[in-house]
Amino acid sequence: MTSKYFFNKYYNLSNIISLILFIISIFFLIFKGLNYGVDFKGGTLIELRSDNTNYKTEDIRGAFNKLNLDDLSVKKFGAEGDYVIKFKRSDLNEPDFIKNLKNDLDNYLEDYNFRRVENVGPKVSTELLQDGVTAIAIALAAMLIYIWFRFEWQFSIGAIIAIFHDVIITLGIFSLLSLEINLSIVAAVLTIVGYSMNDTVVIFDRVRENLKKYADIKIFDLTNLSINETLSRTLITSVTTLLALLSIFFFGGEILKGFSFAMILGVILGTYSSIFIANPVLVYFKVSQKTLIKEEN
Amino acid sequence: MLYFSRLKIISIIVFCFSLIFFSISNFINNEDFFLKKKVNLGLDLQGGSYLLLEVDKNPVINQTLQSKLTQVRNYFKKKEIKTFDYKLGKQKVLFKSDTNDQEKILELFKNDNELNPYFDVYKSNQYNVDLIDNIFELTLTKYGIIEIEQSLLDQAIEIVRKRVDEVGTNEPSITKSGSNRIAVELPGLDNPDRIKSLLGKTANLTFRFVTQNTDASFGSEKLKNLDTGEELNVSKRIIISGDNLIDAKPQMDNINNETVVSFTLDRLGARKFGRATKNGIGKQLAIVLDNQVISAPVIRDIIASGSGQISGGFTFQSATDLALLLRSGALPAPLNIIEERTVGPDLGEDSIKAGVLSLIIGFILVILYMIYKYRLFGLISNFALIINLFMLLGFLTIFEATLTLPGIAGIILTVGMAVDANVLIFERIKEELKKEKNKVIAFDNGYTLSRTAILDANITTIIAALILFVFGSGPVKGFSVTLSIGILTTLFSVYYIARLLTSLYVIKNKNNEVTIK
Repeated sequence: MTSKYFFNKYYNLSNIISLILFIISIFFLIFKGLNYGVDFKGGTLIELRSDNTNYKTEDIRGAFNKLNLDDLSVKKFGAEGDYVIKFKRSDLNEPDFIKNLKNDLDNYLEDYNFRRVENVGPKVSTELLQDGVTAIAIALAAMLIYIWFRFEWQFSIGAIIAIFHDVIITLGIFSLLSLEINLSIVAAVLTIVGYSMNDTVVIFDRVRENLKKYADIKIFDLTNLSINETLSRTLITSVTTLLALLSIFFFGGEILKGFSFAMILGVILGTYSSIFIANPVLVYFKVSQKTLIKEEN
Repeated sequence: MLYFSRLKIISIIVFCFSLIFFSISNFINNEDFFLKKKVNLGLDLQGGSYLLLEVDKNPVINQTLQSKLTQVRNYFKKKEIKTFDYKLGKQKVLFKSDTNDQEKILELFKNDNELNPYFDVYKSNQYNVDLIDNIFELTLTKYGIIEIEQSLLDQAIEIVRKRVDEVGTNEPSITKSGSNRIAVELPGLDNPDRIKSLLGKTANLTFRFVTQNTDASFGSEKLKNLDTGEELNVSKRIIISGDNLIDAKPQMDNINNETVVSFTLDRLGARKFGRATKNGIGKQLAIVLDNQVISAPVIRDIIASGSGQISGGFTFQSATDLALLLRSGALPAPLNIIEERTVGPDLGEDSIKAGVLSLIIGFILVILYMIYKYRLFGLISNFALIINLFMLLGFLTIFEATLTLPGIAGIILTVGMAVDANVLIFERIKEELKKEKNKVIAFDNGYTLSRTAILDANITTIIAALILFVFGSGPVKGFSVTLSIGILTTLFSVYYIARLLTSLYVIKNKNNEVTIK
């Protein structure tokens, strides 16, 4: 049994790099935090389209600035003339708010329309955030239990560390780039959890099979063998998934940009971590044929 | 794993075709097509408005406690137990009694169903009683509050439905959400301002006299007259209320050339109104809506017919809205709009275009890549993928599931991940072909040995999707729906369609050279 590539040579190096990235991400998450959208922060989001091509972002911002809105942000959104405006609102219960806002805005802007209006009260946004965090926590726990049930605990820990690595670094990059966290990002993170697990499980499945077959190969080389045997699958699936995601990223419209970007990061990290994070954990725990036999008794 | 009985082959074909048949009904615009089921488009794709309303229970709780206070006082008076110092605290009723009656009072609260109703369903009383520093504190129990919330929500949802129906939007959906919320979905509505202002009013209508006398037995309150802007002293005694109304509609009053709301009262209301107008000729009658006086005409004549007019400087629109509110009845409690999401139809259309475009491009890229990687077997896998997509759409149609923009992303992701199972199998077969001379056995082994990995991999993804389904809200839920159904159809298409085609090919070419590139 000869392996083509020696991934195991780079276990230590990759673990150090990952640890550094992980710590930097945590650092960003703590000190810079995440840029929550209205889903989680509450407030109002307006997607505005203007047919007047002379307007620049400053003009739109200037017009909204005159309306005395708290915490106002105005950004371009995809196509020319499309903007997203976000602000906090003091009185959520004024049913005519948007109507009045439009009336006021008419004094400063023309040829515009609101394509999308989202209004999330503080209570709902708090609940949505709690639900999102709970969902991710439960997903992690469910994965841990599932893999524990199917494999041995050493595998379970390896997979979970890999998932944590992927999720934290993805969020760290979102923090670094100040990208917006909204409901669809939670969906993306959950899918990343599933995908990363999926990738890891396929390799682990092979590790287990090889453990039964070759009593004499040490886990250090055995993981490498298993990675090599499953490598083309790992790469082909990552490529097809990335092709689908890149297609969403470039052609799926602005609304899905954040979602597909998070998923692209997740798939790349997930592929990397299933090789360079999950497997070293098995080496660290000195998994051997005995581990399997012990479990069976 | 490669053998298929004839019956099995036929069942697979029938199953696929029936799902494809369902999926096709989405593309045919024929009303006669006997299956009219279609995939619902989410509000983010077809445009529309979503409102989440929360019933404000606090005013009703205060009212309940207020009347409880009176009831308790009368109850003990009848029992000849001395109680005094009644007060309405924050969400509680306070009172005192002589020290030697305290035991007895607590006992009565525990056992007398009239004083403190017992709910069998919840195994709990309606009220809690505590004795703190010789003061009784009466508070609603958790279930007492749930009782109130449920009846409030039931009443409120009826009124909301009536009001939304009256506006006549296209297929609105109005559902309970949790214990005190109502979710309203209004497809196709890109400006919810009117609905919002209609739902934002409780529409509590009362007819009362304007009085100079501030210390009448019913008391009075100062209310603003919207018509003239002045403050009026209005008696708290209610002559008739909105409950007595059986109809209301906007009308053009030809004499003054203004829009009015004409109303018809039920028999009881007509009698009361007749009596009041008879006794009150020359007095001012205040027509009060939600604690604001709409108008306060002077009664000139007896109105016994049970119908009348409200004028108050209405435009035709505001008269129409008021009539609508009066017809649908008063909300039992104010509703707060705690979440609103509105998507314009043009944005929805753009989203559909972008979604479909990215689906097609993603699909073509994956198909080309698979052909490049696996040649003939890539074609087989692609064929399974196409059937897979139709089946996915077929299932969505049968369940009349709602397709959202993230849902389309879920389908695209399914395309990317669906080939994974076939890749796992093909790669395994390649390995087996190196070891095994007999092609059929090698292929069979490839399928058998890759099975656990495929199952594990897909179960983990399904777990993530299901959790998202439970916790996700709105459009994101649509993502979990397409992703989970996508995984199931993928497994089917891989194990039945692709495997069937592979086996037919391999068995036919048993003795020829068969390789997977």
